[in-house]
Amino acid sequence: MSILVNKKTKLLVQGITGKEGQFHARACIDYGTRVVAGVTPGKGGQKMDDVPVFNTVADAVKIAGANASMIFVPPPFAADAIMEAADAEVPLIVCITEGIPVMDMMRVKNYLKDKPVRLIGPNCPGIITPGECKIGIMPAAIHQPGKIGVVSRSGTLTYEAVHALTMTGLGQTTCIGIGGDPVNGTNFIDCLERFQADDATEGIVMIGEIGGDAEEKAADYIKATVTKPVVGFIAGLTAPPGRRMGHAGAIISGSSGTGQSKVAAMKANGIHVCENLAYLGDVCAETFK
Amino acid sequence: MKIHEYQAKELFRKNGVAVPDGQVAFTVEEAKAVADRLGAYPVVVKAQIHAGGRGLGGGVKVAKTAEEFDSYANSILGMNLVTKQTGPGGKRVKKLLIEQGLNIAKELYLSILPDRATAKMIIMASEAGGMDIETVAEKTPEKIIKVYVDPNVGIQGYHLRTAAFGLNMPKATIKPFSVLLKNLYNLAVNYDCSLVEINPLIITAEDDVIALDGKMDFDDNALYRHPDVQEYRDLDEEDPTEVEAGTHGLNYIHLGEGGNVGNMVNGAGLAMATMDCIKYAGGKPVNFLDVGGGASAEQIENGFRILQSDENVKAILINIFGGILRCDRLANGVVQAAEKVGLRVPVIIRMEGTNLKEGRKILADSGLELINAKDLKDAAEKLQAAIQ
Repeated sequence: MSILVNKKTKLLVQGITGKEGQFHARACIDYGTRVVAGVTPGKGGQKMDDVPVFNTVADAVKIAGANASMIFVPPPFAADAIMEAADAEVPLIVCITEGIPVMDMMRVKNYLKDKPVRLIGPNCPGIITPGECKIGIMPAAIHQPGKIGVVSRSGTLTYEAVHALTMTGLGQTTCIGIGGDPVNGTNFIDCLERFQADDATEGIVMIGEIGGDAEEKAADYIKATVTKPVVGFIAGLTAPPGRRMGHAGAIISGSSGTGQSKVAAMKANGIHVCENLAYLGDVCAETFK
Repeated sequence: MKIHEYQAKELFRKNGVAVPDGQVAFTVEEAKAVADRLGAYPVVVKAQIHAGGRGLGGGVKVAKTAEEFDSYANSILGMNLVTKQTGPGGKRVKKLLIEQGLNIAKELYLSILPDRATAKMIIMASEAGGMDIETVAEKTPEKIIKVYVDPNVGIQGYHLRTAAFGLNMPKATIKPFSVLLKNLYNLAVNYDCSLVEINPLIITAEDDVIALDGKMDFDDNALYRHPDVQEYRDLDEEDPTEVEAGTHGLNYIHLGEGGNVGNMVNGAGLAMATMDCIKYAGGKPVNFLDVGGGASAEQIENGFRILQSDENVKAILINIFGGILRCDRLANGVVQAAEKVGLRVPVIIRMEGTNLKEGRKILADSGLELINAKDLKDAAEKLQAAIQ
């Protein structure tokens, strides 16, 4: 079992003929993901390798039967691409693009509210169910099918957690990068809820960072609802206030969004907090044994 | 991106947000010319730096006479202004905003910013104007009014009324306040602001509503559609190392005084976690440096050179989780950089992921004294030894 994506997922790639889109579409195909369509406006009728390219998402859904989309469209056009996918009612939209203006994402988020779709990202590595389906830019080789769910705001920290879980033999059910932007589609709680309901998932690793209060809310949710063991990690305990630390969403504003507040909320709600990344493997092995 | 108060007020003026008459001055002579044009005292002299708390630091003065004005303009221009936001080093004042003095009847607070949790614009207003809003929020949260606006719907009359009545605006001021707030909202949205703040917004004895101060921060990701705002960038206000790193496409942040360990990492989250690791190893990080997923050998070389140029750096930790950025490419970049720039301090390298073996071999074969760590724990121990 797994959450959100599996062998049956039929993927379309928006921006499939661009450099990034092409490179990562091929990597997903190599992993075994069923890539059924690409979309590049003006290039409908062409093919990227064996994948048919369409002008619109609506065509890709109607003709190729896509039920998930991976977006590699540059930032100025990414909001449009997400809304096009939502309008075509693609159930799962994964936006990899980094650098979308916050104002665009706020409009997208409000637009998506009444649509039967889920957005993951933007500014994220994507989602993978090891051995079944990879939608995103994560290095495939570090993953191993197993029993732990991973959810994270950071790309490379997801890889660190995945690597640690593979090294300890625990493996992963599904790994989701929810992205480093202040306004994103899927949050921690959306993922925790699904991991809790998934029989194959025996434990959860949750990786947060400074900025906002999503980790605090997730910690409250975990205490109230999640019965599986959760390992938590927060990046940026030494980050100064008022500076954006690489990710658009990683900023301490005044006294809110500090790493210390997040760690305290996690500890108070029964989450096994690993404070030093060097020990993440040890904490996972200990907690999930 | 931050801009100066005088620049924010320029945008306010153009977009129908009332501001006092005034002008920026780069010399005392220019300042005097502005005061002469304003024609009557009091005249306000305001230091223009990208930091708050200027008044408490002595960077804002009200001159009642020409003599006072001369003395204030001379003392503030060129002063090293220390505020709680500048850090102990302070900031040199290179520009003054000269403005007419007004008859202040009441001071209010007003700001507009995107709210990440609700994906709506939030208008925050308070009768406790002129004070630090963080303190107000902490001690008397009931004094802050919050109005949420769906950006897909835009600002409506009831939003304006909720704010106006919430602030107990006198009847004669409700109309000018509503016009100002509506224009300010549209300015914030149209210009992709991450914050617009007026503290204080004043009601004058004549019932005018005027932005006595003005602060605007912009979403860096949206600057491509605002060439006029890009013109406002003031490199004097930025850290020179950060500016240089930016020209090489590197995301570098200088973390302030007291650091002794430089670091270079791929990925923002891992870069933050690496800073934290340095602290646990007994060091203090000098910087944040994310070389990204597709870093070139040239970028790695530039990053390495920037780290080594800081004389406080006692050791460098390179922490890479190879995905798209493969370990062999990183290793080649580091070896090239070390050969060109030379090794001034111990350099500890922890790599993991794609092409790890090839990467380690390149480092081992280089003949350079690079310290190879087998994992992050090992790297932390080697770092600890290097800085003791």
